[in-house]
Amino acid sequence: MAKVPSPAEILPGSYRPPQKGWMDVKPDFREGTYCNPASPKWMEWVGYPFPSARSVPNEEWGLPKDWKEIVLQGMEDRLNRFRSLKLFFDICVRCGACADKCHFFLGTGDPKNMPVLRAELLRSVYRRYFKKIGQALGEIAGARDLTEDVIKEWYFYLYQCTICRRCSVFCPYGIDMAEMTLLGREMLASIGLNIDWALASVGQCYDKGSHIGATPQAFKDMIDFLAEENERVTGITTTPSYNRKGAEVLFIMPSGDYFADPGTYTMMGYMLLFEHIGLDYTLSTYAAEGGNFGWFISHEMGKRLNAKMYAEAKRLGVKWILGGECGHMWRVCNQYMPTWFGPVDFLEEPVSPITGTRFENATVHKMVHISEFTADLIHHGKLNLNPMRNAHIKLTFHDSCNTARGMGIFEEPRYIINNVLPEGNFVEMPPNTIREKTFCCGSSSGINANENMEIRMQGGMPRANAVKFVHDKYGVNHLGCICALDRATLPTLLQYWVPEVEVTGITELVGNALVFENEMERTMDLRDRDLVGVGETEEAEEDE
Amino acid sequence: MDFFKRHFFVPLFAVVGLVIIAYVGVQGNLQILFGVVAPYMAALIFVEGLVYRLITWARSPVPFRIPTTAAQNRSLPWIKKNLGEKLDNPETTGHVVGRMALEVLAFRSLFRNSRTELRQDTEDPESARLIHWSYKWLWLGAIAFHYAFLVVILRHLRFFTEPVPMPIQLLEHVDGFFQFFVPAIYLSGVVMVAALFYLLARRVTNPSMRYISLAADYFPLFLILGIGISGILMRYVYKVDIIAVKELALGLVTLHPVVPPGIGPIFYVHLFLVCVLFAYFPFSKLMHAPGVFLSPTRNLANNNRWVLHVNPWNYPVKFHSYEEYEDKYREAMIEAEIPVEKES
Repeated sequence: MAKVPSPAEILPGSYRPPQKGWMDVKPDFREGTYCNPASPKWMEWVGYPFPSARSVPNEEWGLPKDWKEIVLQGMEDRLNRFRSLKLFFDICVRCGACADKCHFFLGTGDPKNMPVLRAELLRSVYRRYFKKIGQALGEIAGARDLTEDVIKEWYFYLYQCTICRRCSVFCPYGIDMAEMTLLGREMLASIGLNIDWALASVGQCYDKGSHIGATPQAFKDMIDFLAEENERVTGITTTPSYNRKGAEVLFIMPSGDYFADPGTYTMMGYMLLFEHIGLDYTLSTYAAEGGNFGWFISHEMGKRLNAKMYAEAKRLGVKWILGGECGHMWRVCNQYMPTWFGPVDFLEEPVSPITGTRFENATVHKMVHISEFTADLIHHGKLNLNPMRNAHIKLTFHDSCNTARGMGIFEEPRYIINNVLPEGNFVEMPPNTIREKTFCCGSSSGINANENMEIRMQGGMPRANAVKFVHDKYGVNHLGCICALDRATLPTLLQYWVPEVEVTGITELVGNALVFENEMERTMDLRDRDLVGVGETEEAEEDE
Repeated sequence: MDFFKRHFFVPLFAVVGLVIIAYVGVQGNLQILFGVVAPYMAALIFVEGLVYRLITWARSPVPFRIPTTAAQNRSLPWIKKNLGEKLDNPETTGHVVGRMALEVLAFRSLFRNSRTELRQDTEDPESARLIHWSYKWLWLGAIAFHYAFLVVILRHLRFFTEPVPMPIQLLEHVDGFFQFFVPAIYLSGVVMVAALFYLLARRVTNPSMRYISLAADYFPLFLILGIGISGILMRYVYKVDIIAVKELALGLVTLHPVVPPGIGPIFYVHLFLVCVLFAYFPFSKLMHAPGVFLSPTRNLANNNRWVLHVNPWNYPVKFHSYEEYEDKYREAMIEAEIPVEKES
């Protein structure tokens, strides 16, 4: 891991751009700010073109001989296939409304992280090769030649965009930088430029079933271990089934939830919840990944990974799919999955077997979000909850970018939170930093690598800053979220900026609060921390 | 010359050049060219260019339904949404129409605008705080400019109609409500020019804005400023024969063009800049006006999960099938007591 300088050293200081015009400024590939190029191994695994061992600081990037033709042809193809791209290239007026909305701009102060300028990096090439005025007038028409330096610049800045869409909310024309970043990354991939962290996850997921590359037996081991943990803490046996045909529901969660803390506590929460209501569900070792790093690289790769969900649901003969807490998983599920594979006539329209609620909003998709599912259970009084078991948790909620701006899940998790926490233990961050205006964790979209830690800490600064605000003001000690990437990246971010605050999934809180008839006396939460009013209560006295 | 200066002064000189061309041309008795040929050419280029651009956009499909959702989506029946939330995360065509109307008529998204500032104490740098506050000035400037411009355009219809329709007369009357002196001052013209100066000033004075602005941003500002200022000068200072101007305008729209004598050169300058604006429109960022209607993040309902969206170029992809997977891991799966399709 690259050593990260102190917060004081990485704060931008000022948002003043340099004197030199942006077309003449080359990216500064300083250690800690860029992602490593993908190892050829992963590229070969998924059949990606031009695999080669590359190094960013190297002057020579080993691009294929006809790289320029490939990129321009790729741009033309995408212009013909995506109206969004054409439109977003043509209608920007550079009003600047997006400029200070980007967490990377706020964290780095680098003007090319203003979404408008990030888009211009691509747009300038579009004008040069696809617009008569750009061909004729060149720079004064905002056009520039496609050179290797431009490609390097794309690589640098398109992987400093986390596809969070905050800029798109503020854009008067709805120009979506995320869409352009994705298509730009596709063009980079077409000449062999991918980032290692994302492509390694993709390769593993493609071959084995999840980003973490767990084999079927390893997957089962991990989940069984978490089931044992559940039993140890609660006395409740929660062993799930694997690849079981004829189950009513296939449950798919992001691999982060069974791979590492604190996601694993959320996984324990899922299992406790399903045990509590007696859900007839199975997990799959093949469709063992809810997340989709493929979509961070290209629409096609996203589809190649996502295909497993429906394929496995069909093979197992389940009625419908239940999806875990994950941000980009749900952006993909909501915005792409039915279009990629629909109509899905081998599944049934989802109905909660416990409450009888028909999920009218998922009749075509046939997949339900765990927060919708849980909120419905609570609303019908099907869960026996003791919020006091979360009394040691003073929570604020981080809306994940993808579920916020690519779907619109706001109320369900809040409803759950209000039912599993004692009154007064939930406070919101400032209104400009939550809901549709939420700030990204700064490490999503496949850039949660180790080598670019400095840029990650900068990109996450606006999020951390709002957390710090409620921590200082209200003594918030936990940051809740419904996203596994958040649970993977926010702990590192908060460790850096607000070390007193921990990260938790919402279903973990549900797991803490669930009261079972035959449970043993509960003295600890799922993380083995003492409950308030039981045994030693050091936790509760902290942060007061 | 640095980037900013090039992108600022080239369009400025271009607009000044256009003014000179028209002025000198009329001195050289080219009234037919500037009063008849140019308007017809401009109208032709405008219409053809607009149609061409719209067709170019429309030819590319919308493969995915990707609305930017800015409020609660459709969920459980007891999670209620108010009207604002319905429009910010539309579920039906009706909601989409509402969202678009709000976007086009009230600049909804721009109204969200905020400013973010980093407050940092040099003594204690780690206490840095980001402050986000609501910032409506850009919205105000934009909405003032667009509505003023609209009123100006509508008001000009009096030159192209005989008799002047009632609504136009009414509009003119309201617009000229402030009768400080004769002729009555049209509020719209003043507001338009003031808003343009604001929009120009923020581009020049805000360092970030100056950094991102291109000639294509300054040119329309200078051009419309030129139109506004020449119009104002013509009305209040260098007056022209308004009857003759109307004769020319009516001649143009009835396709019986005439060039009445005695119209002052400033009119031709004004008209020529308008012609350039029309001809320039389809090839410029001004296409944001029709473009916003096509924006897929705004004009689609967030209903993917219950209404199937079809991608016309959807194609099958190669993925790692379960069979391949089981073939690879069968033994280990059997050992781990995970069910398999084939036992060996």
